[in-house]
Amino acid sequence: MRILKYLLQKEFLQIFRNKSMLPIIFVMPILQLCVLSFAATYDMKNTNLYVVDKDLSSHSRELISKFNGSPFFTVKEIGFSEKEAEKEIFRDNIDAILVFNKDFGKSVDLKTQASVQILVNAINASSAGLYNAYINSVILDYNEDIKPNFAKLGQDNQHNIVKTTYSHQFNPEMKYIPYMLPGLLVLLVTVISLFLSAMNVVREKEIGTIEQINVTPIKKSQFLMAKLIPFLVIGFFELGLGLLIAVFAFNIPLLGSVWLIYLVAFVYLATILGFGLLISTQTDTQQQAMFIAWFFMVIFLLMGGLFTPIESMPEWGQKLNSLNPIAYFIKIIRMIMLKGSGFFDILRELAILGIFAISTITIAVRMYRKVS
Amino acid sequence: MNRFIGFLKKEFYHIFRDKRSMLILFGMPIVQIMLFGYVISTDLKDVKMAVLDHSKDEYSTEIINKITSSGYFSLTENLESVEEADAVFRKGDVKLILVFEPDFGKNLIKNSKGNIQILTDASDPNTANLEVNYLQGILQNYNIKINSGKKRPFSIQTKTRMYFNSNLESVFMFIPGIMATILMLVSAMMTSISIAREKELGTMEILLVSPLNPLQIILGKVTPYLVLSFINALVIVGMGYFIFGVPILGSFALLMAECILFIFLALSIGIYISTVSKSQQVAMMLSMFGLMLPTIILSGFIFPIRNMPIPLQVISNIIPPKWFIIILKNIMLKGVGFEYVWKETLILIVMTMGFIGLSLKKFKIRLE
Repeated sequence: MRILKYLLQKEFLQIFRNKSMLPIIFVMPILQLCVLSFAATYDMKNTNLYVVDKDLSSHSRELISKFNGSPFFTVKEIGFSEKEAEKEIFRDNIDAILVFNKDFGKSVDLKTQASVQILVNAINASSAGLYNAYINSVILDYNEDIKPNFAKLGQDNQHNIVKTTYSHQFNPEMKYIPYMLPGLLVLLVTVISLFLSAMNVVREKEIGTIEQINVTPIKKSQFLMAKLIPFLVIGFFELGLGLLIAVFAFNIPLLGSVWLIYLVAFVYLATILGFGLLISTQTDTQQQAMFIAWFFMVIFLLMGGLFTPIESMPEWGQKLNSLNPIAYFIKIIRMIMLKGSGFFDILRELAILGIFAISTITIAVRMYRKVS
Repeated sequence: MNRFIGFLKKEFYHIFRDKRSMLILFGMPIVQIMLFGYVISTDLKDVKMAVLDHSKDEYSTEIINKITSSGYFSLTENLESVEEADAVFRKGDVKLILVFEPDFGKNLIKNSKGNIQILTDASDPNTANLEVNYLQGILQNYNIKINSGKKRPFSIQTKTRMYFNSNLESVFMFIPGIMATILMLVSAMMTSISIAREKELGTMEILLVSPLNPLQIILGKVTPYLVLSFINALVIVGMGYFIFGVPILGSFALLMAECILFIFLALSIGIYISTVSKSQQVAMMLSMFGLMLPTIILSGFIFPIRNMPIPLQVISNIIPPKWFIIILKNIMLKGVGFEYVWKETLILIVMTMGFIGLSLKKFKIRLE
């Protein structure tokens, strides 16, 4: 036990003596959390519209003002030529074009075939789908507006209609930050722990200091514990700081228990640190360790449900994800914070993470050889 | 010159002899593209749905069938009361609950209006939004179906045409993004760490007292990575084209020239990072941490820049991959020529010169 204490002292000293690492460990993640949470949004705010109004009737003008009044759209330009509008789409200045043909207003008045043409800039597929849906819903609204004129004719009431109302639970204002920030926090904690632990033992190998430790009577497990505990402490600290910022600076609700988050974080960080250690024992240079860590990191990250929903993945992708620790922690932290899920709600995921933690650490310890 | 070639050879051997790193550096783009091409998508599929059917008549049953057979939703639970909703959501799998009012079918036929309430788990706002949109689409079709034969009230129709990506394939967006991410990180990370490594191990001093001048040392260090990154760029474009059908409508030569320019920029960032960091660890954390997330989040790769708050839109301008992604999309998907991307190209060139200048300044100071 005393040996472990001294070893830990040494490791902590090493970390805190390294003046250029400190800001990277403590400032950069928090800074990124604060900045990037705002950026990670699918929120539709400034959809730029170009309107080609060849009609100039009261109907087309009414519809245009409806778009102008909607918070999602900005009517950037009104013109008469589709060619000009198309050029703007090519320059990426415009997200969608609405085209009113000459006889649009007349057709509306006469109740014959009236149509609006929508040209969407689909360079970004997911936004394009949304642009289209939102534009259609504005036009649908307008259809409702002009209906009363025809209701008098007695056509409307015979129709049987399924009406829908909806209510968004847990996040009625549909804000993105409460959704993204906990996920980003998981990511930042992961990056720190994975990379620091992956590069740690191999660094001693590369510089040659590991030989000195290997000839001492220190036990393998003591040595490795001393390597892992400081990073666990750093991870806990970052998580706490991130949660404080989330709750006090961003006003994200924390409906569940902080202790539960920490319990999960403990198991999760054990998994990640074990994995990092495993990488470290299996590589010869820090460079190799870094590449391997990066390789897994990027895959874990992009498949982890942080940016795109796991449910939309094909079945084999979802199966692959059952091995992805990041996916579990992101899911759990969102559940606990935003929905107030309790211990029994997350038990399955927690148990799986527990199995991961035990296996990665066991494998890492076994693979570590004192004698090279 | 001979000496330089010798040094260059040594660097090439050094990198290409390390089989494990090679495997990762070439294997990574392949694995990533395969995964992202097939796995990542923002479309809805098999969203787990629970139903609370107070009515249980033929109409509600028919609607549930219609919704589940669409492929977007799958029914996993039947609830008995609305009190269960919260608990179901808290368990996490069910994202959506449909509530049919009592006497739904009767109301639909007699009073011509049947009500369905949709409850979503909006802790994921994007999915919740999509769910409502998809459901309303399905129900609108249902409305048309049950009213078929009757004269429909007049309504303005819409005709949509999608530019550049008519099937709305997510992979069209991911290929340019992944390309920027991989080229950026592989080039910057590798150079920064490889120079920092010489410093950390003390071999840099030996290099500096050799008759090679600093410029030759740097060139010798970065050339192998330039070659490597360029091969990666070819692999990514090739896989995008042959496996996922991402078009290259514009000039292939221009595309490759822009790739080389971007690789140069990334390499010069790597050199700059290595001049300011004392150890591999610092170099790695700076390049990895400083570049990875901003490249993914702030470059327009996944999140449209236009939706970000204004200060972040301003910041995104200093993120080099932003400009590269615009160039890639312009050349590949829109098929436009240099006259549409010269501005972005110029920005990349200025950034490259800036980083080279900064590194030279730092490098000289360090030599004294």
